[in-house]
Amino acid sequence: MTSDIDAVVAMREISKRFGTVLANDQVDFTLRPGEIHALLGENGAGKTTLMRILYGLYRADEGQIYINGLPVTIHSPKDAIRQGIGMVSQHFALVSPHTVTENLILGMTSGMRLNLGQAHEAVGAAAAEFGIPVDPKAVIRDLSVGQRQRVEILKALYRKARVLVMDEPTAVLVPQEVEQLFSSLRSFKEKGFSVVFISHKLHEVMAITDHITVLRAGRVAGEVSTRDTNPNELARLMVGRPTFGITRKFDNEQKTIPALVLEGVTTLDNKGLPALKEVSLAVRAGEIVGLAGVSGNGQTELAEVLAGIRPVIQGRVLVCDEDVTHADPQAMMAAGVGRIPEDTRANVIGQMTVAQNMVLEKLDQFSRKGTLDRQAISHYAETLIKDYQIKASPNDRMRTLSGGNLQKVVLARVLAQKPKVLVVAQPTRGLDVGATEYVRSKLLEQRAEGAAILLISEDLDEILQLSDTIAVIYEGRIMDVRAAHGATPHELGLLMAGVQKG
Amino acid sequence: MRLQVERNPAPVWFRVLIPLASILLTFLLTSGFVLAYGANPLQAVYYFLIDPLSNHVRLIEVLVKTTPLLLTGTAVAFAFSGGYWNIGVEGQLYMGATAATAIGLQMHNTPAWLALPLVIVGGILAGIAWAALPALMKVRLKIDEVVTTLLLNYVAIFFVSAILNGPWRNPVSQWPQSPEIAASAIFPRLIPRSRLHLGFLLAVLVVLGVWYILSRTSFGLKMKAVGFNSEAARFSGINVERTMLAVALTSGGIAGLAGAGEVAGIHFHLIDAISPGYGYTGIIIATLGALNPIGVSLAALFIGLIDTGSQTVSRALGVPAYLGDVLQATLLLVTLGMLLLQSYRITLRWRGRVPAE
Repeated sequence: MTSDIDAVVAMREISKRFGTVLANDQVDFTLRPGEIHALLGENGAGKTTLMRILYGLYRADEGQIYINGLPVTIHSPKDAIRQGIGMVSQHFALVSPHTVTENLILGMTSGMRLNLGQAHEAVGAAAAEFGIPVDPKAVIRDLSVGQRQRVEILKALYRKARVLVMDEPTAVLVPQEVEQLFSSLRSFKEKGFSVVFISHKLHEVMAITDHITVLRAGRVAGEVSTRDTNPNELARLMVGRPTFGITRKFDNEQKTIPALVLEGVTTLDNKGLPALKEVSLAVRAGEIVGLAGVSGNGQTELAEVLAGIRPVIQGRVLVCDEDVTHADPQAMMAAGVGRIPEDTRANVIGQMTVAQNMVLEKLDQFSRKGTLDRQAISHYAETLIKDYQIKASPNDRMRTLSGGNLQKVVLARVLAQKPKVLVVAQPTRGLDVGATEYVRSKLLEQRAEGAAILLISEDLDEILQLSDTIAVIYEGRIMDVRAAHGATPHELGLLMAGVQKG
Repeated sequence: MRLQVERNPAPVWFRVLIPLASILLTFLLTSGFVLAYGANPLQAVYYFLIDPLSNHVRLIEVLVKTTPLLLTGTAVAFAFSGGYWNIGVEGQLYMGATAATAIGLQMHNTPAWLALPLVIVGGILAGIAWAALPALMKVRLKIDEVVTTLLLNYVAIFFVSAILNGPWRNPVSQWPQSPEIAASAIFPRLIPRSRLHLGFLLAVLVVLGVWYILSRTSFGLKMKAVGFNSEAARFSGINVERTMLAVALTSGGIAGLAGAGEVAGIHFHLIDAISPGYGYTGIIIATLGALNPIGVSLAALFIGLIDTGSQTVSRALGVPAYLGDVLQATLLLVTLGMLLLQSYRITLRWRGRVPAE
């Protein structure tokens, strides 16, 4: 480890536990003056947690923070700001009907009188000094996302920050804005400021940083100097798990016709930016196609398109040769698409009973002239509960169920329809080992029965274990589609980080 | 001192106690007002709660007062169950009353078997029409219905005021009230020589109908799904917009029926104050009744009881009749506060652990 004397920030043996999850496990992190230091890792590796501890938003269970060699306790962002630490998070903390100046001086004024003219000048001067082009009198809501980010950076610097923590700053930016951000960051570095750059994108980290600390599952997987490393090594450190026993063998059965086909599908995210860019993909009957990718690269939007709740602006979606590009959820289900949503809890009605949730998608089958056949509903629920070993009774409120049982209810609801195509998003996230195994075995069972399954997962092990074919998505594009047989976490990790082969 | 709130569902016996405890606490809290007028709070409780039930004339009067409240309470509860925040029941009631009057005025040569259905259907349709505007804005343009339905109340009330001071001004008395509707359009009495009219029967039928829809039909399940979690409902293939529109219009129709009942059952002409805020009281009743038709019926009966009692209490004890309104409002606040105890445990700690610096 480098000496702590010249470190601006040294975090030593930091541990943080959330419930049963160890988010940070004995993490060491050293930030030197005048450097851009990347915190690299997959989602959930503990990057943001570590920085939230530094910024006083969380308190570490164990460990010590040193600023300029002196031990400090940071209990709140106010303490952090006093120590010269500023943080720009993914969700900006700006008051949108106010001007840039008003946002910058918020909480920094003293006395009763407010001299806005003077404040405008001070902010304008600071903007010029740091080379951040913003108009002090502009109203936040009129600014683009990139401009808002600049305001956030300026706010931190205006509060005398010497250390700037940027949490996935490029996630919200278009490429031109990324370039501008990078040149700003380089100029801070020259002025002797230090920047922590949280990211999971390898090429950005390679382009802008001096040092890289890689986190994996809450632990430091390695610290390297950017000029001594390469994307391959970083991907290995980041994904780094051994390829352990793939549980099923790859049978080269004769491939059937595609049951689910996407042709050049483009769709927008909630901000109106392209989330999927001309995605083409085919899933055959009796095949599992795993879609690997770091979260936020278009997977959610893809699942929503196939659930019939997000409009396609270009391209076509076919299910067994039937055009379902503009189908609503009802039509999707009628076409034979079963959907297991990413956030199960948000996609069931917690206040209603298990039985009601089980029949909600097919009430026509369980009512006569609009009146519910309550006997049939509870009989049906009891059957599913028995078949899928759900630990609940039909009249339990859905929200009282554990994650595993909840997922089983959703699984039962979908599989009972005998879908021809299954779109499964993060099916085992947050589940315990037993429930995970159960869900995976059910998916394989469906595959054996001839369903075409699109498995969207951030868990690379899961993808490798279950898939016949693996597609990798990055920033809304399919990077590559390859046979799962012989695929390694390492090359998938590179693709997931946006590194094109060759 | 530190207030600590923990999620901790209360046992069943405690839930049953909540309404009773709320009523008790409400009377305790309002006893100050009664004392301020030099009256005995216990006597006030007697006149509010016991006296109206003590003889059948009074009892029937309670049911008369309950009639519009049953309808407005159900209208609100139905809308809220479907996730549509209809604050416009008051205005929908006024438009129902206006339509019922307009039809009732033309029925002088029409037999009752035809006149009554026309008045009823007219009132309902007017309520639906008035509810349609904000409902369509909500569904098509995502304009917040809380604001639009609330503001349209004033439009409806002033519209009624305008026609009462213009074309419908009573030609004989010059009062701002419409001429009397035709005798054939007047709701028949359920009990001779009382004010209890057909509207009460209709209200009970509506409550039963809404109970059936909510608990026994697939539409009821769909609209509750939309009310609980519209995104999950959409994911499940429910047409959220269409469902919400149907809910909003039904709610407006029930409100319109309440208006028709007040004109054809009680006043026989349209007046400015055809509703002393029944639509808003409906929100209180729907909330007190936990949006459940049975609960709503009980709450409507209780408010009807207090309404009846507030007149007696003012006559007997010399306190203002407005005390009844104070009581209603206090009851709502107390009940909402008490409902917090249903799912949370609140403890007060005098000294929290001081974090070491």
